[in-house]
Order: sequence, then C-alpha cells, then structure tokens
Amino acid sequence: MKRVQFSRPLFPYLLLVPQLSIILIFFYWPAAEAIRSSFYLEDPFGFSSTFVGFDNYHDAVTGSEYGNIAHFTLVFTGLVAFFSLSLALLLAAKADAVIRGAKSYRIFLMWVYAVAPPVAGLMGILLFDQSLGPLTQLAEFFGWDLRLGVNYWDTATAMIVISVWKQVPINFIFFLAGLQSIPRSVREAAIIDDPSSVSRFFSITFPLLAPTAFFLLIINITYALFDTFGVIDIVLKGEPGNNPITLVYKVFLDGFRGNDLGGSSAQSVILMVLVLILTVFQFRFMERRVHYS
Amino acid sequence: MTDVQSTMAPQSTQRRKPIKWRLIGDHAILIAGSLLMLLPVLMVLTTSSYDNVTIHKEGIQFLFGDQLVENYQQALFEKGGFTKTVDGARMLMNSLILGFGFAVGKIVISMMAAYAIVYFRFRFGTVAFWVIFTTLLLPLEVRILPSYEVVQSLGMLNSFSGLIIPLIASATGTFYFRQFFRSVPEELLEAARIDGAGPLKFFVDILVPLSQTMIAAMFIIMFVFGWNQYLWPTLMTTDESMFTLVRGIKQIMQVWIGANIPDYGLAMALAIIAMTPPVAIVIFFQSWFVKGLTESDK
Repeated sequence: MKRVQFSRPLFPYLLLVPQLSIILIFFYWPAAEAIRSSFYLEDPFGFSSTFVGFDNYHDAVTGSEYGNIAHFTLVFTGLVAFFSLSLALLLAAKADAVIRGAKSYRIFLMWVYAVAPPVAGLMGILLFDQSLGPLTQLAEFFGWDLRLGVNYWDTATAMIVISVWKQVPINFIFFLAGLQSIPRSVREAAIIDDPSSVSRFFSITFPLLAPTAFFLLIINITYALFDTFGVIDIVLKGEPGNNPITLVYKVFLDGFRGNDLGGSSAQSVILMVLVLILTVFQFRFMERRVHYS
Repeated sequence: MTDVQSTMAPQSTQRRKPIKWRLIGDHAILIAGSLLMLLPVLMVLTTSSYDNVTIHKEGIQFLFGDQLVENYQQALFEKGGFTKTVDGARMLMNSLILGFGFAVGKIVISMMAAYAIVYFRFRFGTVAFWVIFTTLLLPLEVRILPSYEVVQSLGMLNSFSGLIIPLIASATGTFYFRQFFRSVPEELLEAARIDGAGPLKFFVDILVPLSQTMIAAMFIIMFVFGWNQYLWPTLMTTDESMFTLVRGIKQIMQVWIGANIPDYGLAMALAIIAMTPPVAIVIFFQSWFVKGLTESDK
C-alpha cells in the first residue's frame, strides 16, 4: 500500500468494524448457508433435514428442464451481449467522430442507464402488447405474427430486445471513454497511414479498444445472467408457463415458489462457481493489461 | 480524427463532398440511435395522458391527450394495491429513502474501510483486505434465498434496515475508494504528520475534502443502483406500505391480470414517475457520473 502509514493499535479496527460486520452477517453467512443447505434435503415444513451429499446437484442438473433452461440462458446471454456491445460500439465510434451536436447525442444515448430493468420491462410489454403494441404491429407488417407470452421464441425476442435497449447506454459510455483516451498523435498517424476509415477502425482503433471491450464483455455477461431478472419477471408477469426463463429465474422459482430449498441452493452454488470462474478470468486479464501497458 | 479532416477539407473543393456524405451518414446513425433510446419512453409518456378506454381501443398514442393530470394524480395519490393502503407518493418516498440510505451508507462505510486498508499498518490487514474483496465475486442474486432467510431470522423483513443493509454487503464502493486513496500523493500524509495531524484529523480535514468529486460520482451511481433495486425489495417487503416504486411495478402487473380493461394509463404514469428521479440525476450530473463510472475500473 502506502510507504508512509499510520500505526495505531486500535483505530484501523474501529474503521473496519462496520464494513466487516455487515459483510460477515449478510454475505458470508448466507453464502455458507447456501453451500450447506445444498447438501441437505429439507422436509417441506422445515422441521428436519437430512444429509444427502451431491443428490441435490444431481437432481438439479439432470432435471428435465435444466438443460433447456441452461441452453436458453446461454443463447440469451450471447445475443444480449453481442447486440448491446456492437450497437454501442457503432454509436460510440460515430459519436466520437462528429463535432456538432456531440454533447446532445451523448446525453440522448446514455440516459437510459438510469431506467430500472423492470420499468424497461413494463414499457416493453406495452410496446409488444398483442392488441395495442406498435412493435407487434411492426412485426405484423413484415408478416410476423408476434405473440408475447404465448410463443416461446416471441417472448424470448421481446426479452432480448428490452435487455439490449437497457444495456446499450452503459456500453456506449465505456466505449466512448475508451475511444477518447486514444491519443491524438496516434489517430493522426493512423489517418496518414490508412485513409480508409473502415479498415483503419478494425486495424488500429479496435485493437486499442480491446481491453475496454473485454472488460465490457464480462460486465455484459453478468448483466444478462443476473440483472435481467427484472425484465424477465415483468415480461412473464410472474407466470412463466411454457415461456423461456434463465437460470437465475429458476433459482428464484424453485426456492420461493417451489419451496425446494436444497435444489435451489444447489443451483445457487453452481451459479456461484460460474461467476467465480468469470471473475478470476477477468482479474487475470486485467493484471496482464496492467503489466503490458 | 475529425480535427484532421476539418483542416484537410478546405485544401480542395473536390474532396469536400465525400467527407460531407460520411458526416451525414454519421449523424443519421446517431439520430437513429438517439430515437431508438428516446421513442419508447416518449410513446409511454404521451400514452400516459389518455384514459384507459381510449388506450384499449386505439392503442399507443403519439400525441398528448387530456388525461395527463388526472392519470398522474391517480398514480401519485390514489390508494391502490390489494389492501388500498399505498399510493404513489408513499412509494416515491420509500424509493427516495432506499436510494439515499443506500448511497450514504455505502459511501460512509466503504470510505472508512478503504482508509483503514490503505493508510494503516496493522495485524490482519491483508486478511481484512481479502475478506472484503472476496465479496466482489458473488452478486446478491446467487445467494438470494439464504440472504432472505438470514434477514428473516433477524426480524428485519419489511423494514428499511433490512432493505438497505444487505445491499451494502459488497465491496464495490470500498474498491473504488481504495483505488482513489492510493492515487493520493504520499507527500500529503508526510506533511500532515510533520504538522502533527493524527489519523482522524488527516481523514476529516484532508482526505475527505480531496475526495469530493469521487464522493459525488459514487453518490450518483449508488443512488441510481439503490433506487432501481427490484428482486431484493420484492422478496423483502410484503407490507404494501413499504413498497418502492420499482417494486410497485410488479404489483400493478398483478392487478392487471384478469382485468377487463387494464389500468394502462396508471401503469404508464407510474413507470414515468419511477424513472424520472434517477434519469434527472444522471442527466444533471452527467460529467461526474461518467467520470466516476469510467475511472473506477482501473
């Protein structure tokens, strides 16, 4: 840390007490509880529980729906990340290129950051509504009979569109900041070497943006996995039926609706491991970035 | 690159044209993008000024109607929900408490912890560091059920402390402040110590004033984050008088199911009310907000 430091016997501990006690009670205790109860089978009334080893994991993963839901989560995450990143990159590159109106564009393109996912979901189901939604009418114009909440992939489309709309602004902010941190001298040299703007973008600008893009990729994956809960819950109106859901939504359904404590915990732990892998991956990459830059 | 283009352009009139076309293309894409962001909200805003029957019959409206004041009055002041005890104003108040409480609590607690970690040499310092920063790994969503049970067993359901404190149990704020404190020049501490300042005085008189911009940026980000919470308040609050606006959205959906003509006007008005405060804060304090967001990932 710092070369010069205070050394007081008690003061630092006092400073740390609030943070540490909150983390111990509301982070480590629940996390430990999730791991513990994933190995137990609890009777529906919560009176007794028996140790069942990895049965909950086995049952969760081999359940008939789990494969489908995991598959959908993968497709959903991939599509949301791809579309929101590429759309944001296009807009950021253009916003970086223009001078007139740059400030207004920036505000117009980033304010949606502050809209809550469920609020976006509510607006989405109005715009995709069967009888009054303009987006449903637009789809009909192209001969697509879009039925939100009835057809599996139609519902998925609405979820993806709403989630992408909500995520473009934050990607835009980071991409624009990344573009603007490229030194002017590099840009000028690039223009002299390569007058074509498209090939210049892919040969020079994009590699310089790669660290930002990678950081954002992880952010977008976590967003699609977890933060889209509000969008999905509102679009499904709390009743999934045969509509698509993601893994996090299933944890919620099994735990709070199905009262399957062990199964829900086992799924939680699987997700924890997944996030852990992602984060370690991210930290390792960021470390390397620091070394070479 | 635009600077170079604009200085190159006057050299020959022939070269000006293709550049201009590209500029028009750039603006067209940006305008299309802005409309994509803006139009859905504008449609909801204009439609929220009609009565339910008109919306039900004629669909989404693109111009303002005459029910604007009525719908927003109903959304804010008419008691709704199943128990008829909560109105929009109450939910607005709860959202404000959640947003402010979360932002202030998180900033205070993480500044204290970051100060201890960066500026003090003490036993278990490294342990404390790892205990705190491990929480960055797991979002609340993956440990939601046990978190609920812990809060329940502590008797904190349907309370603001139960709503706010578990959300604070992550290290994002501490991480940002740690990064920031580390960038503060060492000479400041040396000078302060020569002048005889103790750790408390150094923190209050030097470090906190230095961190003003950082605190402002954190406040905006955390306020928006707290205000927009959905899953946690949905589980935590069953008492309707504790609902936040974002939580209230779900309630509206449930009243909808089975209704002949759903309360479209009311739902849209509530959606607009729920997004206005965080959006206004982000727009007004744009530069701080962007700075806090993009500089914190380093």
